[in-house]
Amino acid sequence: MTAHSVGPVYTQFFTFAEDEPFGLESGESLQPVTLAYETYGVLNADRSNAILICHALSGSAHAAGELDGDPTRLGWWEETIGPGKAFDTDRFFVICSNVIGSCYGSTGPASIDPATGKPYGLNFPVVTIGDMVRAQVKLIDHLGIDRLLCVAGGSMGGMQVLEWAAHHPQRLRAAIPIATTAHHSPMLIAFSEVGRQAIYADPAWNHGAYYDKAQKPDAGLAVARMVGHITYLSEESMHLKFGRRLQGHEKYGYEFETEFEVESYLKYNGHKFTQRFDANSYLYVTKAMDYFDLTQPTGSLAAAFAASTHVKFLVISFTSDWLYPSYHSKQLVSALTAAGVDVTYLDVKSSWGHDAFLLEVETMTNLLSSFLERLVREERVAAPSGYTPRPHPISRSNDLLPRTRLADNLA
Amino acid sequence: MSTQPGMSTQPAVSTQSPQLRADLLAIADLIEPGARVLDIGCGDGALLEYLRDRKQVKGRGIELTEAGVLACVRRGLSVRQGNVQEGLADYPDQSFDIVILSQTLPFLDDPAMVLSEMLRVGRTAIVSFSNWGHWRCRLELLFTGCIPVATDLPQQWYESPRRQPFSVTDFAHFCQKIGIKIDRQIYMNRGLRVRTGRFKNLLSTTAVFTLQRA
Repeated sequence: MTAHSVGPVYTQFFTFAEDEPFGLESGESLQPVTLAYETYGVLNADRSNAILICHALSGSAHAAGELDGDPTRLGWWEETIGPGKAFDTDRFFVICSNVIGSCYGSTGPASIDPATGKPYGLNFPVVTIGDMVRAQVKLIDHLGIDRLLCVAGGSMGGMQVLEWAAHHPQRLRAAIPIATTAHHSPMLIAFSEVGRQAIYADPAWNHGAYYDKAQKPDAGLAVARMVGHITYLSEESMHLKFGRRLQGHEKYGYEFETEFEVESYLKYNGHKFTQRFDANSYLYVTKAMDYFDLTQPTGSLAAAFAASTHVKFLVISFTSDWLYPSYHSKQLVSALTAAGVDVTYLDVKSSWGHDAFLLEVETMTNLLSSFLERLVREERVAAPSGYTPRPHPISRSNDLLPRTRLADNLA
Repeated sequence: MSTQPGMSTQPAVSTQSPQLRADLLAIADLIEPGARVLDIGCGDGALLEYLRDRKQVKGRGIELTEAGVLACVRRGLSVRQGNVQEGLADYPDQSFDIVILSQTLPFLDDPAMVLSEMLRVGRTAIVSFSNWGHWRCRLELLFTGCIPVATDLPQQWYESPRRQPFSVTDFAHFCQKIGIKIDRQIYMNRGLRVRTGRFKNLLSTTAVFTLQRA
């Protein structure tokens, strides 16, 4: 399994805005800002083979490889990034950074506020997808890359992709938004709000001031994650995954224990999430998604891409994704077409709901590698020196990682 | 499999296949090098690939099936999944030199709308279609009483997607009715171009027309 991995990787940190504050869309600012990031592969001589991967709601900079050399700590998009994989690290220089507001090393509500010497908590300013992307632009500047070959990501990662294409079009040649939307729908805002209300309702949340307490708002965060997991599945995938099967019970107990497999799955994942994610970050990152609306200020999505006509798009949605339904992607494709943008689009037939973007590995690999192949040809991207093509394409079978593990890593 | 540095590690999908369907070759001959081309219902992208490699056209495709879209992407083409009738609406006026509709006309719910949209987004439309007016079809109906299967579109009436048979003469009347001028006309019989003289409808199994607004 690890033979096809990028091998040991180490998270790096880039700090900026030490002298000048980093202004945010809200009018507030941050000073300084740190971004955690990882890179895989080698930048070529003319710096034209860089690909930025954007992560989803609860993701981190650790997209591929074995974190700190630990083969059990694989990246969240391990199936797609690596030698000979869709984002082929033999040919491309792949970057992934943790968004601001998150809790995996980038500046967020759990970071120390230099003004007080204590964690920000709710004193952390509200950030937007636009702010997250402007911070990534600083990182790309820092890495000496003028133009990314491509920016790719699913779900909230897809929103960042669209933000890059709409507001920083001169910094990229291609964009791959997956299972995403150009404007967060009221239903999405509603699910975000249920998650946030679960956290607010936990007494241990204490208005965000819990970092020095023994008790964290784990119960609230777990419920928020459980709601999230429901939205990442589909009715069909729940039938396939759990059915009405009981877990650890032969028959109904007529009591309020965890009986059904689906209950057990949600409980397990809710609990597991509290060990890896910060409740305040959940509030900030979901809020950033809720504010995302590229139709503003003109009301026209096509207008948002008026300066992006040179950017080549690959838009992917999934038929059973009811969180970011295909029609969102179709509206995006219509707007891009109307703006004269070169756009390739496929609504992949899948039963796996929103999770499909991590699970439909074979179709995704076909699409991504063929599209990147075309970019290499049309944009004349040289391979890094020392590159030799692999004699045989690596098997991309789904059994590289168990499905549940991938789904748990989601978003 | 390429062995050049900087080239594919993927097995290439037959980029040298010259075996283009006969009506597609006839269409390709009508297209100027470097043209902007939209192929609606582009299938596996064979025509667009041929046009890109031989005529350096700037091609785009619309295709309904996932298998078709995946095949096009594998050929390195720009393709949108969607149906013909909705897909056209997004394109700005006159954004293409040529809009192609090959062997798709009998499957359309609203051919008048599609042809008029084709001539909105493109300067010229090229269509190819099977001709049920061919003498074989006429004899088949006369002698067997069965609705004929078109020679170049071997599909029974009950198969999906459903299609509506029509002839070269039907199409000519239709174009007249909706204000479309048939410009160049190529007639084929089982993959070969034929000289039909006055008997176009009787002697051709497939027609390839370029269309313009009258």
